[in-house]
Amino acid sequence: MGEPGTKEVLDLQDLQVSGGIHTGRRHILSILVENKPGVLARVAGLFARRAFNIQTLAVGPTDDPTISRITLTLDGAMHPIDQVTKQLHKLINVIKIRDLEPSDTVARELALFKIAADADARAQVMQFTDIFRGKVIDVSKRSMTVEVTGTDDKIEAFEQMIRPFGLIEMVRTGEIAVSRGRSAT
Amino acid sequence: MRAVDAIIESLKAEGVEAVFGIPGGANLPTYDALYDGGIRHVLCRHEQGAGHAAEGYAKASGRVGVALATSGPGATNLVTPIADAMLDSVPTVFLTGQVRTELIGTDGFQEADTTGITMPIVKHSIMIQDPREIPRAIHEAFHIARTGRPGPVLVDVPQDLSRADIQYEPVDGVSLPGYRPTTEGNVKQIRLAAKALANARRPVIYAGGGVVNANAAKELTDLCTSDRFPVTCTVMGLGAFPAPHDQWLGMLGMHGTRSANYAMDEADLIVAIGARFDDRITGKLSEFAPRAKFIHIDVDPAEISKNVPAHIPIVGDAKSILPKLTREYRALETDGSRLDGWWERIRGWRDKHPLGYEDSDDAEIKPQYMVEAMYEATNGDAIVTSDVGQHQMWCAQYYHFTKPRRWINSGGLGTMGFGLPSALGAQIGQPDDTVVCLAGDGSLQMTSQELATCVTEKIPVKVFIMNNGYLGMVRQWQELFWDGRYSGVDMGTSPDWVKLAEAYGAVGMRATQKGELVDQMKAALEADGPVVLDVQVSKEENCYPMIPAGQAARDMVG
Repeated sequence: MGEPGTKEVLDLQDLQVSGGIHTGRRHILSILVENKPGVLARVAGLFARRAFNIQTLAVGPTDDPTISRITLTLDGAMHPIDQVTKQLHKLINVIKIRDLEPSDTVARELALFKIAADADARAQVMQFTDIFRGKVIDVSKRSMTVEVTGTDDKIEAFEQMIRPFGLIEMVRTGEIAVSRGRSAT
Repeated sequence: MRAVDAIIESLKAEGVEAVFGIPGGANLPTYDALYDGGIRHVLCRHEQGAGHAAEGYAKASGRVGVALATSGPGATNLVTPIADAMLDSVPTVFLTGQVRTELIGTDGFQEADTTGITMPIVKHSIMIQDPREIPRAIHEAFHIARTGRPGPVLVDVPQDLSRADIQYEPVDGVSLPGYRPTTEGNVKQIRLAAKALANARRPVIYAGGGVVNANAAKELTDLCTSDRFPVTCTVMGLGAFPAPHDQWLGMLGMHGTRSANYAMDEADLIVAIGARFDDRITGKLSEFAPRAKFIHIDVDPAEISKNVPAHIPIVGDAKSILPKLTREYRALETDGSRLDGWWERIRGWRDKHPLGYEDSDDAEIKPQYMVEAMYEATNGDAIVTSDVGQHQMWCAQYYHFTKPRRWINSGGLGTMGFGLPSALGAQIGQPDDTVVCLAGDGSLQMTSQELATCVTEKIPVKVFIMNNGYLGMVRQWQELFWDGRYSGVDMGTSPDWVKLAEAYGAVGMRATQKGELVDQMKAALEADGPVVLDVQVSKEENCYPMIPAGQAARDMVG
């Protein structure tokens, strides 16, 4: 293509679309926002109004009390992620957004499983829990509660394994993530 | 100093001369401060009127418009103007009263969650929680409203906090960590755009309201005339390029000209400037400008590639970018003759499909003629506001705007009732100009109470009603697309507009004869004070040409 600023001819057909592209993969957005009332409502409201579908959402404080971090995941097959981040950037209380590269990110989620496991099944559930490096955090005559931490894949795999015993309920936090290496997310 | 006095000081520091509003319980303190605060207050008759007046003021003058309302119903009545200002990017600040802090959340008298209700339709909103924040909040509101892509900012002030005693210190400089609009435009992208223009055979420049907001009409004209680039504008952009010009294609979109829409359809390069590819422009998105590459210049990065993916995105202010683009284009010293074929094609459309209508050969006043008469009576130099519907589109087609900020209408939200209140606001913003409101007889009945405001405040707007006795645009759609089943469009017994005007203390006039119309309009323009001229036009005229909703430019009818 003809370099900009030169008189070299540019063929319009060589111009490529930029933006508005569906990546087709799952994205983790790490968003720093001002810690003010109503900020979460603004972010959630934006997603509702623009018909963006949030998969998971986790909110918590950061080391700076004036700033909170929202970590959310969404499906890049359904939405052009650049449009989502640009709309988020328009919110005055949003300070910084990072679309985390999967290969350069450590992500974790915590899940609690309440399993209908009686005395007969208990040993087997404990074995699975060990394999997944989970922890049994509550036991009753007819149930066990297990805590598992990991990526969403791992949590889903554990869910598959224990479902046959009878899954009474499951609670997940949604993923949180930081970038690998020395620099701040 | 009371916090409300600090509000007045902050408003004055922002250069506010006039505000529009209605008092109530929760903003009583603000009104007490306004009593001798040194800012003109225009008492409107409905908060919607106050909000649109602030918009009209802002659109005509380019300064931030301000509207005040009390809590609860006062604030909810502002919802329509706030949404309108959001969709048309109008720099406005809305100051609402809120119930006392101890009542918040108790469903107290006149309590409504104003910031919650308006959250999706504001550029930003601030709920005051500490009276010491008030001056800074006001300045932040103005800063956000007027910079970047302009828009409405709401500041909600609980009554008790507005009475609190605070230490007022002038605020200079607002810095917000999450708000730094890009204005300059990337030089490399601008060079690439110039180069694309130089290599285009069928370019079209498509300009929108962003050019008006950026005060970049001259810069746009310079770019367009740096070669023979064909130009079209959206309904919001009219006046950004002087209409009687050889390169002017007319407005584009649903009721645009065939030349403009066909040129977009066949273009190989479209330069969108401060425009957002609204569905009224694109029609069926999958068939919109199928051969074109897009350069998209906008101060709001989220508009770029939102509806139509851009090939060369340039984020920034048109006023800063256009001169650079013109300079870069000129430096390429391109041979303008490459556009000969393109102009031949455009002239073919122009000759074959000029904008026109079948005029009456008797006394009947055709609505299009009414706009032409208005153009003649005002020498084409009035500030014209309009409501929403057929009259708005005819005005956009036949009142050939040559300057920006002369055409004030509700483009994005399409708010009926916008015309009269925005006209009074425009008149206060531009006291030396002639302001005409071209009203629909349906629309005007939504905000006609503002005639009282005009009379009381001696605001000499001229209201020309295009009276066809119908909700005309809806009637047109029912005729064309719903088998002529006219449902809920006949206005039945409309008020006698002459008597209504007189009842308000304004001058009322009626026009029924084509031959007398221009003179009657001139008489209305020369009369002191507000005038209502009821113009009886053909009842069932349709606005053409048009792209039926959801179809492509090629499918234009009429």
